[in-house]
Amino acid sequence: MSEPLLKVTGLTAWYGRIQALYGLDFEVPEKGVVTLLGANGAGKTTTLRALCGMIQTGGDILLGGQPIGGMATEDIVRLGIAHVPEGRGTFTAMTVEENLQLGAMTRGDTRAIAEDIDRTYAYFPRLAERRSQQAGTLSGGEQQMLAISRALMLRPRLMLLDEPSFGLAPLIVEELFSILSDLKDKEGLAMLIVEQNAALALEIAEDAYLIETGRLVMSGPAQQIGSDENVRRAYLGY
Amino acid sequence: MTMDRTISPADAPEKARTATPAATAKPAAAIPVAWQRAALIAGLVVAIALPFMVKNFTIFQFTTVMIYAIAILGLSLLTGFNGQFSLGHSTFVAIGAYTTAILMEFAGFGFYWTLPLSGIICFLFGFLFGFPALRLESIYLALATFALAVATPQVLKLSPLEHWTGGVQGLIVFKPEAPFGLPLNGDQWMYFVTLAIGLFLAVCAVNLVNSRTGRAMKAIRDNPIAARAMGINIALYKTTTFGISAAYAGIAGSLSAVVVQFVAPDSFTFVLAIGLFVGLVIGGVGTIAGALFGGLFLVFVPNIAEEVSKGLAGAVYGVILLLVIYLMPTGAVGLIKTAALKLATRRR
Amino acid sequence: MDLFVHQILAGLATGAIYACIALAIVMIYQAIHHLNFAQGEMAMFSTFIAWQLIEWGVPYWGAFFLTIAVSFVGGIVIERVVFKPLHSAPVLAHIVAFIALFAIFNSVAGFVWDFTIKPFPTPFGQEALFGAGLIGAHHAGMIAVTLLLLVLLFLFFRNTRVGLSMRAAASNPDSARLVGVRVGWMIALGWGMAAAIGAVAGMMIAPVVFLEPNMMLAILIYGFAGAVVGGLTSPGGAVIGGFAVGIVENLAGTYIPVVGSELKLAIALALIVAVLMFKPTGIFGARIVTRV
Repeated sequence: MSEPLLKVTGLTAWYGRIQALYGLDFEVPEKGVVTLLGANGAGKTTTLRALCGMIQTGGDILLGGQPIGGMATEDIVRLGIAHVPEGRGTFTAMTVEENLQLGAMTRGDTRAIAEDIDRTYAYFPRLAERRSQQAGTLSGGEQQMLAISRALMLRPRLMLLDEPSFGLAPLIVEELFSILSDLKDKEGLAMLIVEQNAALALEIAEDAYLIETGRLVMSGPAQQIGSDENVRRAYLGY
Repeated sequence: MTMDRTISPADAPEKARTATPAATAKPAAAIPVAWQRAALIAGLVVAIALPFMVKNFTIFQFTTVMIYAIAILGLSLLTGFNGQFSLGHSTFVAIGAYTTAILMEFAGFGFYWTLPLSGIICFLFGFLFGFPALRLESIYLALATFALAVATPQVLKLSPLEHWTGGVQGLIVFKPEAPFGLPLNGDQWMYFVTLAIGLFLAVCAVNLVNSRTGRAMKAIRDNPIAARAMGINIALYKTTTFGISAAYAGIAGSLSAVVVQFVAPDSFTFVLAIGLFVGLVIGGVGTIAGALFGGLFLVFVPNIAEEVSKGLAGAVYGVILLLVIYLMPTGAVGLIKTAALKLATRRR
Repeated sequence: MDLFVHQILAGLATGAIYACIALAIVMIYQAIHHLNFAQGEMAMFSTFIAWQLIEWGVPYWGAFFLTIAVSFVGGIVIERVVFKPLHSAPVLAHIVAFIALFAIFNSVAGFVWDFTIKPFPTPFGQEALFGAGLIGAHHAGMIAVTLLLLVLLFLFFRNTRVGLSMRAAASNPDSARLVGVRVGWMIALGWGMAAAIGAVAGMMIAPVVFLEPNMMLAILIYGFAGAVVGGLTSPGGAVIGGFAVGIVENLAGTYIPVVGSELKLAIALALIVAVLMFKPTGIFGARIVTRV
């Protein structure tokens, strides 16, 4: 087993003077998919924001062996972490095409960027149809596709997804997760997925971590977590 | 003031960096009530003793401070508590001042009777202006109210109205004497009148803000769509708040007419409007006590600036303004609250 | 009818002034989503710098471009020094900072160069084009410069990566950071560009209204009005708005009897507010898309 792509030890985080995370330990292996589960307010979004340097943090965060704790968001992004934030974070006033171009803002290889945009349209024909449309007028599902595509434009080593299923109809969510599954199989993209919708996330992930009020309460292979009695009752509804 | 707001339930944790996501947050402590009461009593004692200890001109200055405070309080209700941006309150101050002057001069009214009338007239003007204001968002409303402020001196100078307004020279107003032969001179009497009215209006404001109406006002400020969804009649509250706010400014104007002893168009330019706004922010938006700090700032800081450098008075004023806003971006009251909280929680 | 046409053209001429400043205002609005109340004073200050350079013997175009460069840098410095510390402060605090800047620039300009009016040279000459009475060379030049600036800005924002980054940083700074845009520098750049445009506006306006510290106040208000009427998200709209305000002001002054020159400003603003009643985000302003 080689070095994990992302290794986090003793992660703490604060909003002002209020502590939100109390020392989390987890890792994401190369090309692996890991999911972070928990109820509302458990600290999942906080964890992703901490990884991206958007809030005050403590502890060690290693990306490919390199410490990134304390770095500015813009610099962490340049190291290859793409974050699809809660609520998608789409540039609503700009067109679909402009959103994609923004995703590639840190790259310089114009021809490759153009190819990537074409590839995105091939993958998501609905986005192609709306390429000159204002992104804010897209439906929730389409905005989520756009958000993920924008993240992919970075050609990231690691993609962070914050509640990708939020606010989407079940059919769309299934479609979304099958796309994520494809990304994992075909592109070998490492992902850290934060989800309230535990069932789908557990299907796609190899490892799972369960957070409650800022603390890690359970961790292990996804299948194991998924078949645990307590988890099933609390998070899977059966 | 961003133009694109996607309002979704997920917005809440995203927007505020100081939001409390986990259940570990304790409810925010307020300044201990005992401290607040002590400060209030101390303040009242000082306020009452003051006119007997300083020169007449200083009494006049402090009366002016309170007049500004009343006007700023009105603006605070509108902008701080209801979220409507006004850069035109000098207009209502002018209307109040001229109402008093005209009624006293041409209709022989005693000063005290002009006060409620001035309040009512300004309320009506404000209420009516509130209707078109409904259609305008933040900066556009600022521009519209600014237009009002700019227009006011010009309108007051118009020839057809000269008979009533006294044109460019304005009207002279006579200060009332202390009644019942009280041993107070004119300046001291007006000081106490202003103090009494100011306290009364402040108490009204506090009650308003803490009432159901106040909560509706604040709801409209914080999230108009949600407020409407809860059944709050936004139009009614916004226009009424505008009216009340204008009434406060008008009463301040009436008081100023008598304290300064004349009204003239150039006393009510947009410079006053901007001044009120600055006073509001320096004092602390969305606070009641802040109005007093705003008044103090408006009266004394320009004097200080001039003393530092006659030629560069404006620049000094600007620099002081910047320093003040760096030190207290949430206003004087905001700073006091933070300091007091730190002290209070440390003693435990 | 002749008078009417003449007034329209005169309105276009003064409107060019407002359009120029409106462009600077919209420019900064695009970068920081705030209205810079000190824009006029900064433009005035830049123009004084140009005047000083010319007084020292620098030829016009040399002074022109040097002033633009100095203003650009100045704008960036002001943003980093004055506004960066305030970035987490409430909106109203920013506005107080703008007001403070206004006071500082106005006062310093008066102190250094005093309040007597000074003539400022025009590169376009003084003759009237197309025969007398229609439009002067300078006014035509001013319109041309404004339109050129507009085109350059349009190309910049739509077609360059930096332009796109700036728009992103202004509309959604968090997401912009997540794609690697250095938001802080984008804001500073926006300020620099606005200051530079303001300098151009000032140098175009000064030959007409003569240079003195208070020259920009009324113009700034008209400029705001033009920007707002045109729509703050649209540079083209702002320019059209500026022209429209100029025309309205002139027509109001000519045809509405009560209006002396004093009330012109108020009437123009009143009409603009009326426009806003029907189109609250300006004629060309983007409709705000909100999904609840």
